[in-house]
Amino acid sequence: MTETNPLYGRMTEAVVAGDAETAVALARQALDSRLDPQTAIERGYIPGIRRVGELWESGDYFLPELISGAAAMKAALAVLGPALGATAAAGLSRGRIVIGTMEGDIHDIGKNLVASMLSANGFEVVDLGADVKIDRFIDAAVETRADLIGLSALLTTTMLGQRRVVERLRERGLRDRFKILVGGAPVSRAWASEIGADGYGENALAAVTQASALADAARRKP
Amino acid sequence: MIAPVRPKVELLSRAYVEKVVDEALALLEREGVFVENAEARALFRAAGAPLDEAAQRVRIPIRVVEDALASAPATIVLSDRAGLREFTVGGDEVHFDPGSTATRVLDAGTQRERKAATADVVRLTRLTDACEHIHFQSTALISADVPEIVADSYRLYLGLLYSAKPIVTGTFRTAGFKPMLDMLIAVRGGAEALRRRPLAVFDACPSPPLKWSHLTAQSLIDSARAGLPSALISMSLTGATAPVTLGGALVQHTAENLSGLVICQLARKGAPVIFGGSPASFDMRKGTTPMGAMETMMIDMAYAQIGKHLKLPTQAYMGLSDAKIPDAQCGFETGMGAVLAALAGINVISGPGMMDFESTQSPEKLLIDNDICGMAYRLLDGVAQREEPLAAHLFDGIRPDTQFLTMPHTRKWYRIEHRMANLADRDTYDAWEGAGRKSIGDRAAEQARALLAAVAPNLPDPALRGELRAIMEADARESAAAGLPELP
Repeated sequence: MTETNPLYGRMTEAVVAGDAETAVALARQALDSRLDPQTAIERGYIPGIRRVGELWESGDYFLPELISGAAAMKAALAVLGPALGATAAAGLSRGRIVIGTMEGDIHDIGKNLVASMLSANGFEVVDLGADVKIDRFIDAAVETRADLIGLSALLTTTMLGQRRVVERLRERGLRDRFKILVGGAPVSRAWASEIGADGYGENALAAVTQASALADAARRKP
Repeated sequence: MIAPVRPKVELLSRAYVEKVVDEALALLEREGVFVENAEARALFRAAGAPLDEAAQRVRIPIRVVEDALASAPATIVLSDRAGLREFTVGGDEVHFDPGSTATRVLDAGTQRERKAATADVVRLTRLTDACEHIHFQSTALISADVPEIVADSYRLYLGLLYSAKPIVTGTFRTAGFKPMLDMLIAVRGGAEALRRRPLAVFDACPSPPLKWSHLTAQSLIDSARAGLPSALISMSLTGATAPVTLGGALVQHTAENLSGLVICQLARKGAPVIFGGSPASFDMRKGTTPMGAMETMMIDMAYAQIGKHLKLPTQAYMGLSDAKIPDAQCGFETGMGAVLAALAGINVISGPGMMDFESTQSPEKLLIDNDICGMAYRLLDGVAQREEPLAAHLFDGIRPDTQFLTMPHTRKWYRIEHRMANLADRDTYDAWEGAGRKSIGDRAAEQARALLAAVAPNLPDPALRGELRAIMEADARESAAAGLPELP
């Protein structure tokens, strides 16, 4: 596609600036002027979130800029998403993840960071919020036909619930249907492998990388 | 004789303190707090606080907070297991306790973190019991070799067995309070005796911003009714779960703590409450919660000043480190925190032993920190006038060969005026090299081994041990937990 439109540059800028209001306004403008939503996402918004990632990697951006950029991206996608054809939507989706913070833990800052970054990077995120019971994760994953389940814990005490989700999945004969991603302040790689989780993200970006790898692997499965 | 000045640091002006309190009161009245516990909401309703039951949201009128402040005691007296030693928590009294609720222990041999087992908890508890400058113990470490469902009561059980010191603890489940209370009652010999002479403090953490979970609100209610002090542990993260400015974070911290104070006072008027916290300056790159950041310590010192202004006992998580091994960072963060907390006159300073963002306890660090606490106490004693005059009489008939080493004045005062070094290295280079070029961590590990070998476990009498064991076993049975580990 060689089409250029000044709107795309402004979309990119809005995401880089973490300006959700402008990102949404531009998305509406794109729809009003009958621009192809998929092209707007690919040429307008995705270069923005990519640039945000680069600025983060280079140490120029910190979490407030990173997460605001992700929020702007997410807000624009919410406007453009319904206008996408089913094929285009499926092509853009990197996978569906049910995510939440463990029961007993109503701290959900870490989970929110991860959810924002996943949405901004093309995942369909089903956010169950905080204080989520073990079976609710599993039921939601079944209902939404998710690829992954993301379990967050900020407390050392609630981290123990992550193991129970894995066990409960086995009991219900569903372990192979979903990939499990764990994270949170007290969680370590060793803990993830001990409880039999599939992946561990030590920060929001690492969670996206892990989720992408797991989702790709799941899709390659026969 | 001129009385010594107790060194003290205050970060806020009176006007600033009042502004924070005013904004916090207005916030509670206007926006209120989320309370997930129905019993707590019923208490608020009965007190006339406007309640949105569906949203679980309570708006707290200023007069309700003021009533709570008026009925909360300004000081609390904790006493030890035998009821012999008493500790005043209030005024500018300073007591250290190990940072609470780590899940990992730093293995001295491998210098790696690993999960803690019963033997690690017992070892840490016994060492805490032996540390002169650490007045309280805490349920500092969770053992992974017990069923998770009884992890809260089990750690209190081990604490009561292996140390006589008052204990800072907390529940992980609402059903955990009853067996824990039963153990404390067993130690004191009755519920009324426990109420009169509390042995334990129950930490309860609101969830930022402005939420009380079902569990933590229940802990406040249960503790208040049993006459046990609750420590309100607001744990906001600047710019993530609280305003990014220190002043903004203080407003939220104060509002959260005041709402907890109200729950306690509504549950039982006069219930003992400690104005505490574990906030952190959120790291905007790593997304972590650095306890060793100067800004974290500044928020701690400032909210403690607000707590004092409100005439409440205070607590803070200070004197801990985010380092992963006992290195220079570990020492400087702990040292700065412990000294600043002492200078701020914080009553309960929870930190010794703790590393890696409150996740890991190190027995060796605990012993090093005991020395830091000793130095902090020395600082608080200030510069005294020991004699009148200060020194003029010591120079009577001074000669070129006058020295002070053999003067009776020196012998009389040197042990009082100066602390001997314990683990800190004060050797000459050659002596240090001759002793094997040991780091302070090496020396602490040796001291830990020696202490554990030399000192018998500080156990209560066999009858009480049996009673505690029976309560613990009943709890495990009722919780359908598998068997408990053997004690070392």
